[in-house]
Amino acid sequence: MNGTQRAIEVRQLHKYFGDNEVLKGIDFHVDAGQVVCVIGPSGSGKSTLLRCVNRLEEPTSGQIFVEGVDICDDETDLDKVRSRIGMVFQQFNLFPHMTVLDNLTVAQRKVRRRSKSEAVEVARKNLAKVGLAEKENAYPAHLSGGQQQRVAIARALSMNPDMMLFDEPTSALDPELVGDVLDVMRQLAEEGMTMMVVTHEMGFAREVGDKLVFMDGGVIVEEGDPHEVLANPQHERTQRFLSKVL
Amino acid sequence: MKRSQRRRLTHLSLYGVLIVIVLAVAFTADWHTVKVNFFDGDTWKALWPDIVTKGAKNTIWYTAIAFAGGLTLALVLALMKLSPILGYRWIATGYIEFFRGLPALVVIIFMGLGVPLAFGWSPPGGPVGGGLIGLIMVSSAYMAETLRAGIQAVPKGQTEAARSLGMSSARTMVTVVLPQAVRIVIPPLTNEFVLLVKDTALLSAVGMQDNQLDLTALGQNGLNTYANPSPLLAIALMYLAIALPLTRLVAWMEKRQQRAR
Ligand SMILES: Nc1ncnc2c1ncn2[C@@H]1O[C@H](COP(=O)(O)OP(=O)(O)OP(=O)(O)O)[C@@H](O)[C@H]1O
Ligand SMILES: [Mg+2]
Repeated sequence: MNGTQRAIEVRQLHKYFGDNEVLKGIDFHVDAGQVVCVIGPSGSGKSTLLRCVNRLEEPTSGQIFVEGVDICDDETDLDKVRSRIGMVFQQFNLFPHMTVLDNLTVAQRKVRRRSKSEAVEVARKNLAKVGLAEKENAYPAHLSGGQQQRVAIARALSMNPDMMLFDEPTSALDPELVGDVLDVMRQLAEEGMTMMVVTHEMGFAREVGDKLVFMDGGVIVEEGDPHEVLANPQHERTQRFLSKVL
Repeated sequence: MKRSQRRRLTHLSLYGVLIVIVLAVAFTADWHTVKVNFFDGDTWKALWPDIVTKGAKNTIWYTAIAFAGGLTLALVLALMKLSPILGYRWIATGYIEFFRGLPALVVIIFMGLGVPLAFGWSPPGGPVGGGLIGLIMVSSAYMAETLRAGIQAVPKGQTEAARSLGMSSARTMVTVVLPQAVRIVIPPLTNEFVLLVKDTALLSAVGMQDNQLDLTALGQNGLNTYANPSPLLAIALMYLAIALPLTRLVAWMEKRQQRAR
């Protein structure tokens, strides 16, 4: 256990794909209740870092603590840790063979062992929260991308996670659908959810983020207060990146 | 000449050729011989109702047993082939390659007659039972490859989403991957099923008791008994009557599932 109870703590994380070193010694943390946004050019390792946090990607070396628990320790019950970390993917990844309601209840029942009525109640509450209460009997294929992504957020929330990971949640959406998803995320942040968000939405990062991390080439080049970093980047690489995207 | 006119002319000439061929066959065929040998009324009557109550019934039973058994074994093999443990993968690969490389008839005779002879084993239901086990072994090898491909065709994001919710890998397989793989796999499994309907004909090679006769055995017995090939045409029609509705049924199920997605 480490002293300060951080939601996520990453130490000297290295990740190779074959000979390709994608993460080159990352030190990174997210405090409880913080919203940390990660930006950077394509291929810089943002998704890989995020996916290492719940070990969807296997770290090559280094340490990762989630709420003080070393997730690479063989003794750790990884499924249990994962059930406390909500994850939202760029491609939504809803279960296409289940209704919206079943998407939200299946893990509650099978992992959390909740009763059916309790699971349904929690699911309905979260569907209402993302503004899709009337869609509970629809199949994912019949929803727009924005609606699917909001269902995916509601699915993650239904496990009552302590923190949420987002990997470019709005990148696959038509521009007019992005706003609804960002509104849901903003509301979550206001409620005090701990969030790690890989995003290209600089407006969201500035307004909602407590900390902004800029990655390039597998290292964290710069991090700090989002307003500061965006308005006044210190490193030349950050400046170059921001001049392209802003 | 306009394009459309030319196209119509081509169609007409194609129909013309077809009609000429049909007429040529109709006039040159020895209809009397055909009628006497394949449409002999007395023989057809004598086959009834055994051809349905015995032959068709047993053929359907054998198919159902071989399919259910083959599919179950195939699922085990497919999961072994996708296992992270090398030993399982080897065994599954070896099994699949072995049984796909052998004629089904050899395996059926081996299990129906060979093994019982060697080990003094009496298979349930006699040689046919052993033969059915052989058919299960062969069909499972083919179906295992179909299932493996179906499982691998489910997008990786589905597994990742399930695991990120805290589901174990077994749970993920059962609740998320397999239900989706089943849909992917229905068309190729239909083919396997229809092939299996026809492969049950091989079972007659090990010998059957009277109440075990399948369509093929019945047809062959009929040929010998009545010294007339009419039974062969009769069982051919029965096979078609079994296989065609099946392919239609599955096509309908697929369409319905497509709508549910
Ligand atoms: N499963 C994998 N196998 C091999 N290489 C991979 C794999 N996943 C990612 N990579 C490589 O790792 C590097 C970092 O990928 P990553 O997806 O983390 O980047 P990213 O910052 O998220 O980029 P993007 O903005 O395009 O999503 C890339 O060069 C990518 O090609
Ligand atoms: Mg990425």
